[in-house]
Formats: sequence, C-alpha cells, structure tokens
Amino acid sequence: MNSLTIIWSIVLKDLRVEWRNRETLASMCVFGLLIIFLFNFAFETAREETLRLLPAVLWVAIAFAGVLGFNRSFASERENSCLEGMTLAPVDPSMIFVGKMLANLLFLGIAEVVMAFAATLWFNFSFLPALGQLLLIAFFGTLGYAALGTIFGAIAANTRMREVMLTVLQFPVAFWILMLSIDSTSSAMRGDPGGNWVGGVARVAGISVVFTVASFLLFEYVLEE
Amino acid sequence: MIRKFPLRLHSALTFAGLVVALYMIFLYAPEEMTMGEVQRIFYIHVPAAWVSLMGFSIIFVASIVYLWKRAQFADELAHATAEVGFIFCTCVLVTGPLWAKPAWGIWWTWDPRLTLTFLLWLLYVAYLMLRSYLVNPGRAANLCAVVGIIGFVDVLIDYMAIRWWRTQHPQPVILGGPGSGLDPRMLATLLVSLGTFTLLFFLLVRIRLGLAGLRRELSEIRRTLAFRTSED
Repeated sequence: MNSLTIIWSIVLKDLRVEWRNRETLASMCVFGLLIIFLFNFAFETAREETLRLLPAVLWVAIAFAGVLGFNRSFASERENSCLEGMTLAPVDPSMIFVGKMLANLLFLGIAEVVMAFAATLWFNFSFLPALGQLLLIAFFGTLGYAALGTIFGAIAANTRMREVMLTVLQFPVAFWILMLSIDSTSSAMRGDPGGNWVGGVARVAGISVVFTVASFLLFEYVLEE
Repeated sequence: MIRKFPLRLHSALTFAGLVVALYMIFLYAPEEMTMGEVQRIFYIHVPAAWVSLMGFSIIFVASIVYLWKRAQFADELAHATAEVGFIFCTCVLVTGPLWAKPAWGIWWTWDPRLTLTFLLWLLYVAYLMLRSYLVNPGRAANLCAVVGIIGFVDVLIDYMAIRWWRTQHPQPVILGGPGSGLDPRMLATLLVSLGTFTLLFFLLVRIRLGLAGLRRELSEIRRTLAFRTSED
C-alpha cells in the first residue's frame, strides 16, 4: 500500500463513521452556531462594530467547535480499541496522523462554512467581496489548528479528564494561530488595499506549517507503547 | 560533573549569594530617579523571568534527548525543571503587576511580552497537568516529551511575534544601544541577582531530581517485596 492509499482509507473510515452516527459534525456545527448566536445578542452591533467584532467571534466559535471535534477524533478510537488495530497495521504512524488530521480539517471546514453562512444572515454581512483572501486565511488557520488538535487529541485521549486536558494543551500553543488568523481576517474584511492582508496570510501560513510539520514529526512517539 | 560540585557546596554558595543579593538590592543599589524604591523589584523580576525561560529550554533539550536516547534521567530532569520553572514563572507574573501598578498605573496590559510570559506560565501548567492526569505512567515520558518540544516551538514563535507588535514593556537596558545603560552599581546588583537565581534554580532542580531517584528506588523495593510475598 502506498501512503496515499493509507491516508485515503483513514479519511474514508472517519467519514463513514461520521455518516453513520452524525455525532461529531452535528455537535460542532450546533455549538459553533450557538456561540455566534450568543455573541450576536451580547453586542448589538452597527456595521463598524461588526467589522471589529466578527473576525474574533468567528474564530472563537471555530476554536471551540474544533476542540469538540478533536476530542471525539481519538477518544472514539480508544474506546473501541481501534487505535491498537491501526498501530499494529504495518503502516508508518505519520500516515495515521495525516489521515486523522485531514478528517479533522474536513469536519472543521464544513462547520466553518455553516458558521460563516449563519454569520452572514445574523450580522447582515457579506463575505463575498474578500472571499478568496478569507478562504486562504481560513485554510491555513484551520490547517495549523487541526494539526495541533490531532496530536493533542491523541495525547489527551491517554489521560483522565481528557476534555479538559485537550483544551489546556491546545489553547496556549494555538494562541498565535488564532490571534494572527483573527488579525488577517479582520484586515481582509475591511478590504485593506494590497500588501497588508498578504503579510497577514503569510504569517498565518508560516506558523501553521511550522506546527503541522512539528506535529507530523512527533506523532510516532505519541502512539509508541 | 555533578559529583565535582557537591550538593552542600552548591547550597552554601546559593545561600551566600542570596544574602549578598539581598544586601545589594536593598542597600547597595542606588534609588532609581523616576520610579523610586519600587524599581528594586526589577532585581527579582528579571532574574526570575530569565530562569523560567531557561527552564523551558531545558525541558525542550531534555525532551529531545529522551526521545532520542531513551534516558530516564532526561525525563526526570524535564519533570523536575517543569516544577521549579513553574514556581519562578509564577514569581514573574506576581512581581510584574506589583511593579506595573505604581509605574504604569495599571496592573496588567495585553502587551506582547506580558502575553508571552502568561503563555509560558500556561504551558508550564499544561505540562504539569498532563503529568498528573496520565492514566498509563509507562507512556508519560513519551507524551510529556512531545508536549515539551511543541511547547518550546510555541515559545520561539512567541519571541518572533513580539517583534510584530509594539511593546509597552521596558526595552532591554543592558545591551539596548545608545541612550540605554545602567548605573554600574545597578548593573552589579542585577548580575549578582541573576547568578544567584540561576544557582537557586539548579539547586531546587537537583533536590527535586534526588527525590525522583528516591521514589524510583522505593517503587523498585515495593515491587521486589510484592514479588517475594507472591512467591511465598
């Protein structure tokens, strides 16, 4: 089996499990929507304030929804001893990481689309003018966040109180990914001319790639008995 | 190397250093012109910040050594350093606002350097929590080493991020370029304090390592005893 087949079969397995019970994605979307809904009532915003608040609201919702998904990702594998099966299979552990990360990325991406759609309706705000830039930022921000979520999810699954542990591990490390994503989302939404958002995207991409590579390299030690 | 520097000598030097540092901080160093007496916190704040940052670097190196060589000592060193480093990092977060209130008029501001310290503190908390919540202690060393390495990557990124924002935190005073510089007596006090804090840090880590060794011995004795009783 080449590595692409391995990765694809892990992603497909996760999608199939999700399709049968629809637990993870549904809870991520509902939770994200609830956060946006609550913020909308907490601050009744004029357009200028929407521009200032919406990026932060969206990324906070993404961050929390992500934690829900990452927790399920490895907890379910451990509950049914599937992880042992995967580690016993003669495949490179890094491929397991890539497969799980892509599945997490996909779930979080779908939840993001749902949240962005709700934000469009509830905040009366259109993302279309800066759609390309926002997609780039969302992709890179989510990539780094999902990579950290996957490796920390695998670590937290070994602990008591794993829900708490994942949050405690994830947020201090993912802080700058979220911070920079909020920053560049904000400048893209404001329609900053030219250079400003490009630098922002470059920073988000740089940090995300660093964390993704680090998680990729270290993952085999997480699975080791 | 550790044998050449016996624990008693280390303790004696640290104690002497603490006495000298206290004398220099409160009696020898001149009063600062604009901030007055409150500036003396600086001689505790800066060394504590230095050792807590150094602490996480030691965890990083020890984590790599552990994953590479599987040396139990490296794992114990990382754990001991995390506990001691956490105390010093807490000390930075306590002395900082105590100084900031009279000097800036506010206890806290989300300045990048303060954010960095707070994130470092959170990393220490996460690392220690992970140690205590692991179900299977056999995997603890591996998992903690991974967190120790990713955590340090985060600290390095924090360092870069600082350069992307303006900072309200005082700029480096010692090698900060023209216009900066300390009174020689202040500089001497700071250097003595830095040295003493470093000695104290390593002394605490050594004591903590000794404790880890004793625990290991104890669990081995218990295992042997349990084995013998099961044989009888």
